[in-house]
Amino acid sequence: MKKFALAGNPNCGKTTMFNSLTGSTAHVGNWPGVTVDKREGVYKKCPEPIAIVDLPGIYSLSPYTSEEVIARDFIMDEKPDCIINIVDATNFERNLYLTTQLMEIDRPVVVALNMIDALDKNGEKIDEVTLSKRLGLLVVKVSALKETGLEELMNVAYEASKKERKSTTVLKDGPLGHLIGDVTIALKGQNIDNPLFHAIKLVETDEIEVRSHAKAFEVVEEFKKVFKDELFGNDLEAIIADGRYKYITTNYSPTLTKRRQNEAEMTSSDKVDRVLTHRIWGIPIFLVILFAIFHITFSTNFLFLGGLFSEDWVSCAGTAFEGVFGEGGISSPGVTLQSLVVVGADAVMSLVESGLVAIGSPDWVVGFLVNGVLEGLFSVLSFVPQILVLFLLFSILEDSGYMSRIAFILDKFLRKFGLSGRAFMPMIMGFGCSVPAMINTRTLADEKEKVATIRVIPFFSCGAKLPILIGIAGAMAVSFGIGNADLVTYGMYLLGIVVALVCVLLMRNTTLKGDLPPFIMELPTYRMPQFKSLMRLLWDKLKHFIKKAFTIILASTIVIWFVSHFSFDWQFLSDEQMDMSILASIGKFIQPLFTPLGFGSQCGQWGWMFVVACFMGLLAKENVISAFSSLAACIVVANPEIMAMDAIPKLIAVTGASPAALIAFIAFNMLTIPCMAAVATARGEMPDKKTFNFTILFWLVVSYSVSMMVYVIGTAWWTVFIFAAVIVVAFFIIKAFFKDKDKKAEVKA
Amino acid sequence: MKKLSDLHVGGHGVVKNVDGERKIKRRLFDMGITPGTRVYLRKKAPLGDPIEITLRNYELTLRKAEAFCVEIEED
Repeated sequence: MKKFALAGNPNCGKTTMFNSLTGSTAHVGNWPGVTVDKREGVYKKCPEPIAIVDLPGIYSLSPYTSEEVIARDFIMDEKPDCIINIVDATNFERNLYLTTQLMEIDRPVVVALNMIDALDKNGEKIDEVTLSKRLGLLVVKVSALKETGLEELMNVAYEASKKERKSTTVLKDGPLGHLIGDVTIALKGQNIDNPLFHAIKLVETDEIEVRSHAKAFEVVEEFKKVFKDELFGNDLEAIIADGRYKYITTNYSPTLTKRRQNEAEMTSSDKVDRVLTHRIWGIPIFLVILFAIFHITFSTNFLFLGGLFSEDWVSCAGTAFEGVFGEGGISSPGVTLQSLVVVGADAVMSLVESGLVAIGSPDWVVGFLVNGVLEGLFSVLSFVPQILVLFLLFSILEDSGYMSRIAFILDKFLRKFGLSGRAFMPMIMGFGCSVPAMINTRTLADEKEKVATIRVIPFFSCGAKLPILIGIAGAMAVSFGIGNADLVTYGMYLLGIVVALVCVLLMRNTTLKGDLPPFIMELPTYRMPQFKSLMRLLWDKLKHFIKKAFTIILASTIVIWFVSHFSFDWQFLSDEQMDMSILASIGKFIQPLFTPLGFGSQCGQWGWMFVVACFMGLLAKENVISAFSSLAACIVVANPEIMAMDAIPKLIAVTGASPAALIAFIAFNMLTIPCMAAVATARGEMPDKKTFNFTILFWLVVSYSVSMMVYVIGTAWWTVFIFAAVIVVAFFIIKAFFKDKDKKAEVKA
Repeated sequence: MKKLSDLHVGGHGVVKNVDGERKIKRRLFDMGITPGTRVYLRKKAPLGDPIEITLRNYELTLRKAEAFCVEIEED
């Protein structure tokens, strides 16, 4: 099958084009070794089917960002039959800069002049015939959005792919042209593929090229000695970049379009921007938007309508939909969708259960299939609607162009912690779900910044951890008569944020030390998000989750069910007998480890449940509370007098766990290794195994030490001074240690 | 020499030269900040930094530290 690559600047309409060309055939895969999504689909309207590969959006083929290296490697190694270069006609000048680099490769290149509809609207024109003649490339006018010109584009590209194309360059003039020409001939003599491309890269002293063509580079160094430019001396990287832009401005100035007559004029995008990034209102508006997103996704009192209706008319009491649309208040769209999934799941489970009973299946089979497999699966799937809603809303921000403004607004604040403005979005997405949040770190250009961000994302307590907060805080209110349970909840959220910021600061000054990543970013024109591409994105996400649910999550659910319902001598145990299970034995064995955190040995006979709950949380954080509910069944057998209590108060009553221990328990679960889905994502996003292993260790150490501090200080407040002293000493030791290390590194360098 | 970071909101200039660390310099070049380019300081972020400039018919944001690498001539 022929393979065409789509290359172009970020925001040039590449994704829209890809979706229009490939329809529903697209699938997302990972690049070998590198973790950036490569999207591939099939175009079917040419005489033969054509594989379309969507490369990451890039401005240049420099060796400095991972996206650029990936795109470049793909074009060099996979040798696509045609490169379709998408050029945003409304941003012609900068887009053409990449074109001048792509044409230096010995591959057919077709320019797709995109957003022609927007240009027409402004009453502007680009003469594509002249453009094509000057560039020496085929040019086709298209609108990916209106889906016009696409068939013509593909036909032209298909024809072009049948012929060989000789590379050309715009850097032909003057001494630079001579230098490049000489090096090209020298490389040709060595039988190197794509001599022109490599020659120019070697002249630029491109790191990657110098490494892979060390011998050829020696020759280039000889040539370069005689070269000197008035302005840049012998900085050839600068001379070449300048040469490309000079070519564009001199050759195309009559074709260049202008969005404004003069810079001070306001386009409609500028007017929107004037409000959204306002000097005073910019930050408050951002906070309101953020609140709205979480409100739509997680609120059980949507738009605060709860107080408005005296009658509880939304609760649908007595019907199958009881509670779906809310009780008291109205559920937000996210919560409603989730409740619908739960209703559906319950229906399926009771159907399966009655079916199994009807055909006379043994108890353990029913228990295994219904309470083990199905309940485990559904408890994870029930969070999918909220994750999708959250993802949709964040995608709208992204597509509209507001996301880059958020980075613009917050850069200065995050700089204090050694991060750039872009790191904010993944962190805040962590409040919803760590998985999309970790995937979002791909927008960070700096590897160390990315690793630091991924590590603290779980500290932004996600939606699945909310039941832990609410459950335990609520039970504390019941058991100890503490009036303000929400104070505990908010306090824990705050604790997570503080721990995250402290950890980032610590990492960026020690193990992940590095210069502050630069912040040079395009602020795209505001655009209306496209419904079709949003739905496409959600569909991709949904497929991804379902796949995960039926593989890793299903497998571990089965394992957990077995170890909690069988004893070491392979006796099947009912729910009431779970304290004799393999899981309970393991829990009891490691229980002492948690003594410093307040929920270990001091909790006695039933303390293992806390330990087991933490382990269940590794599967999915919502399991922590559901584990309590199912495990509590066996408490009642020994303590019939507390039959009437809810699960967690029951557990508090029999274990005698103190409020400090309970808060430490929340803190531990909030900060420790996140759920498996997030761990798997983190593994995929980390550069290597070592960094990943260290990340797991980091989560363990942070959660253990912070929750120990919570417990000890909560038990005896004066220990605060001891911890303060320890932290101060630790600070100086770390500082001295890393200063020493830095010095050694300097000496080595 | 005047720097891009010295411009006031609403001020214009023409790029004379770009200096600084190689990686940052290349990035600035790739984004179109090359000698002879006209730049306009559109606005500053609410906290005063980074800045937003218009050049080559599009908007770019960069920090003052990076803008300090760009020498300009005010017009």
